[in-house]
Amino acid sequence: MDNIIELQNVSMRFNMSKERVDSIKEYIIRFVKHQLQFEEFFALRDINLGIKPGEVVGIVGLNGSGKSTMLKVISGILKPSTGTVAVRGSVSPLIELGAGFDFDLTARENVFLNGSVLGFSKQTMAEKMYDIIDFAELRDFMDVAIKNYSSGMVARLGFSIATITKPDILIVDEILSVGDFLFQQKCEQRIAEMMSGGTTVIIVSHSLEQIERLCSRVVWLSKGNIIMDGTTKEVCEAYRNKAGKDGE
Amino acid sequence: MTKNKISVLLCILAGLGGAAYSLFTAGKISLATLDIERIIIFTLGTALVTGAVIFLIVYLKGIGPNIAVFKKYKYLLANLISRDLKVKYRRSMLGFLWSILNPLLMALVINAVFSRIFKFQVEYFIVYYLTGSLIFNFMTEATTGSLTSVISAASLIKKVYIPKYIFPLEKCMFAFVNMLFSSVAVIVVILIVRMPVSWTALLFFFPMICALVFSLGLSLILSALNVFFRDIGHLYTVWTVAWMYLTPVIYPAEVIPERLLPIMHLNPMFHYVTYFRDVVMYATVPGLQTHIICLVYAFTFLGLGLVIFKKQQDRFILYI
Repeated sequence: MDNIIELQNVSMRFNMSKERVDSIKEYIIRFVKHQLQFEEFFALRDINLGIKPGEVVGIVGLNGSGKSTMLKVISGILKPSTGTVAVRGSVSPLIELGAGFDFDLTARENVFLNGSVLGFSKQTMAEKMYDIIDFAELRDFMDVAIKNYSSGMVARLGFSIATITKPDILIVDEILSVGDFLFQQKCEQRIAEMMSGGTTVIIVSHSLEQIERLCSRVVWLSKGNIIMDGTTKEVCEAYRNKAGKDGE
Repeated sequence: MTKNKISVLLCILAGLGGAAYSLFTAGKISLATLDIERIIIFTLGTALVTGAVIFLIVYLKGIGPNIAVFKKYKYLLANLISRDLKVKYRRSMLGFLWSILNPLLMALVINAVFSRIFKFQVEYFIVYYLTGSLIFNFMTEATTGSLTSVISAASLIKKVYIPKYIFPLEKCMFAFVNMLFSSVAVIVVILIVRMPVSWTALLFFFPMICALVFSLGLSLILSALNVFFRDIGHLYTVWTVAWMYLTPVIYPAEVIPERLLPIMHLNPMFHYVTYFRDVVMYATVPGLQTHIICLVYAFTFLGLGLVIFKKQQDRFILYI
């Protein structure tokens, strides 16, 4: 079967200038003085990765290993410095929940706003409105401005909107820690439903226990390189041993 | 040379062609005075524009998927516009009425100053000012709004994938909606001063659309460059003031000295404002040349804007 996600020789390079040059005067002065060099930093280095439809892939690694960058590259937020990314199908990125929430608007208005940010049509949102509010358990607060919500309520609403349609690819970044444990169970249940429905899922988590429970395949990243790519059992064991011993 | 560079070059050439053409056609032209020189420049200008458009299409190939993406985010565009409208009129008692009242009151002030004190000899001066400022203020509002549109959408751009041209496009559409509200003020004043209006006024949409396309092009350029150089924002505020005095918004076009007229013709806003007044106030339809000049300016800027924006958009996220 063809890969649904295909990363070929993907590198992501950032320029780390000590101070950002953002005025023309400064730019010209530095250009004249030949001070326009930057320190380069590779968040991802020559990554090759193919993911087949229906796979549930976990990504593990310490802080700064390039996990989030990889998710952003796959979801199209970042464009890689070199290499190609091919994604076949709709992507629902649960990278940051509630992108574009306007805190002065009510939950009902925000459902439409956030839905449009995610590229859903007005009809879809109108149809699913009840489901969304119901899943987020916010029935009594639909017409309250969300600036009056608790952070848990906002996160619940965000999760609920982002997962309302069944995408081809679901990208989850460390957000299974939304709300209380009851809601977390609901979230996991919903992701499990999607997985059984054939959605490809990529999960980033620091909780190995969670990864072991959900994933069939795990990729281990370190300093922008893929250290290991294999079955959950192998990789998690190796990661636990190595990371536990010397912190990579 | 890459395809990229060629298309930029062609757009610039098209612009220069259009400019040169407008220089030569400055002043009144009738069929009798149409000489060989002008015909050559006319043909050349047209050829250049056609070439630029073709290259642009080649350059932006994959335009099909682009349209599909745009359709997907059409609703977001509508949502952002309505949010901007809501924010603009939040907590004001008269709300949308301000879009009409504001230009009206402004016109009263300008009318008092220039028609009474400076004694400009313009028939229906208040209408003259309102029509000019309607088009010109739309352009300023659209471009200054777009200037920071990409930067202020940082939180969104960093979190989800959205085609980034949505943001300058949204500001232009928002300004356009405001202009439509404000045109009610023009109609009101025309009725009050009992100015005769001819059927030619029905052509009012042509300069509006041209100004929209032009502003969109300029907005794309400004919003992309402003991400990397924030100086542009400060500079542009001054430039819009200078630009307003380079366009006959307040003063009558007749006071421009003859020798400066060719320079005025390089100013796209001059053409749009003049066109708008011609059809609304003076019951004349400008000639074919004017139409072409208006379109050339609009689409040259749109082309340039698209190319520059497309080239820079992937780097935005690293700078905002």
